[in-house]
Amino acid sequence: MAMLEVKDLHVFYGVIEAIKGISFSVEAGEVIALIGANGAGKTTTLHTVTGLVPAKQGEILFEGKDLLKTPPHKIVEMGMAHVPEGRRIFAELSVLANLKLGAYTRRDKREIEETLEMVYERFPRLKERRGQIAGTLSGGEQQMLAMGRALMSRPKIILMDEPSMGLSPLYVSQIFAIIEEIRKTGTTVLLVEQNAKKALEIADRAYVLETGNIALEGNARELMENDSVKRAYLGE
Amino acid sequence: MQTFISTLIDGLSLGSLYALVALGYSMVYGIAKMLNFAHGDVIMIGIYTLFVTLGAMGTSPLMLALSALIMIAFCALLGFTIEKLAYKPLRTASPLSVLITAIGVSYLLQNIALLVFGSRQQKVPTYFSLGSIYIGSVQIELLSLLILAVTVLIMILLALFISKTKLGSAMLAVSEDKGAAQLMGINVNATISLTFVIGSALAGVGALLYAAKMPWVGPYTGSVFGIKAFAAAVFGGIGSIPGAMIGGVLIGIIEAMMNVFLPDALSNASDGFAYLVLIIMLVLKPSGLLGRKQIEKV
Repeated sequence: MAMLEVKDLHVFYGVIEAIKGISFSVEAGEVIALIGANGAGKTTTLHTVTGLVPAKQGEILFEGKDLLKTPPHKIVEMGMAHVPEGRRIFAELSVLANLKLGAYTRRDKREIEETLEMVYERFPRLKERRGQIAGTLSGGEQQMLAMGRALMSRPKIILMDEPSMGLSPLYVSQIFAIIEEIRKTGTTVLLVEQNAKKALEIADRAYVLETGNIALEGNARELMENDSVKRAYLGE
Repeated sequence: MQTFISTLIDGLSLGSLYALVALGYSMVYGIAKMLNFAHGDVIMIGIYTLFVTLGAMGTSPLMLALSALIMIAFCALLGFTIEKLAYKPLRTASPLSVLITAIGVSYLLQNIALLVFGSRQQKVPTYFSLGSIYIGSVQIELLSLLILAVTVLIMILLALFISKTKLGSAMLAVSEDKGAAQLMGINVNATISLTFVIGSALAGVGALLYAAKMPWVGPYTGSVFGIKAFAAAVFGGIGSIPGAMIGGVLIGIIEAMMNVFLPDALSNASDGFAYLVLIIMLVLKPSGLLGRKQIEKV
């Protein structure tokens, strides 16, 4: 059984159908990329999975449980974390307070401290700036904070929405290196990216979204060689 | 000088009452991003509740404590119910619809009071007779000091609750970004409910102290007082707890001073002058004294 299985998902914004019956699956341990142009429905898909946007029809099974029938605030506890588009860190709170909110559903203080040390090890910059107000961090640091905050819940799967958006090339490479590390620890990753090249390099499999439909799917290496993918998303 | 000091203390205690009520407006605004116009009317219902329970049970210390507890719990329950029935269904509606609903709830509570108790002001039985002390030749009412002390204590407790507890951190997260808060596993609706419960319980404490100072209640007692407290919240910077305290105290002092020191011909217009100060202040600093700076989101 797939870890995450989306079946025939339909999502509407008012009368406009943003997601027109897509199905995809994510196996435990995989890195899956959702690529596509602006407005293809990538972010909407992630938002629907974690309950920020309601679905009209379909099923989203996470380890066999339908997330569409789960209160949204219960989803983190089941082992799913979401690094949202635009990072959405709590800009007025300190870096440490942001990280602690990431562990909001966990109770064991000692274990939370251990995870915090782990996150600090992965993001030394966050440790240096733990007392600083998060809104004053640079874009790249804020992205790291958003990722660190998601890791604080010790997720089995982590959904990442455009982690490289608006970052300098140096930070982009760093962010992708971190995603690689996260995968090595056995955490599953569902990655939404406009940077299709980087995403396909790191992913096992990928789905190409076009105006609410899945246009293509398959092995990431094969998709990189696909002519229409090359033309539309890799700029070759 | 004597008049000045006793007026100052009078203003401080009146201002702490405003502050306590301003807190309710401010917290709810900070977290639910709405103006709960019915907040003042919760105080009015609280005072009527005291009027009934004290009338029935008498004002012995035990009965007073019992009445106060019943009343504060009732206010909290009322706040919870108002949020559940009137505001929660409008969570995704336009701010204007929510505002109109809040005004509607305010009129509803006033009209319920009007139906049950009539339009005449009722006298709440006296329950704190603390007398006054003299410092030098300045007379200070002990009740004023009590009100000030209770308000400061509540502010400190509330600030500790928000900065030290998990629920407090959830409130901060919800006030900044409901969606992101939900992604952390925070139950946003429960957090908003909690905010209304705390805010309304504070209105209950406000009612207890208000009626000790001014023991008359009518259906509009709360809304008149509430509007001033709301002004205090805006004055201090809505959404800010210390802002509510400072705004409330300043409005109280300004009002008390105006009452005493304006020439007789103008003293009836003391409220007008208090609001004039508010307007000037807001023109100079639109976000209020301690209003949050808007941080540019990347």
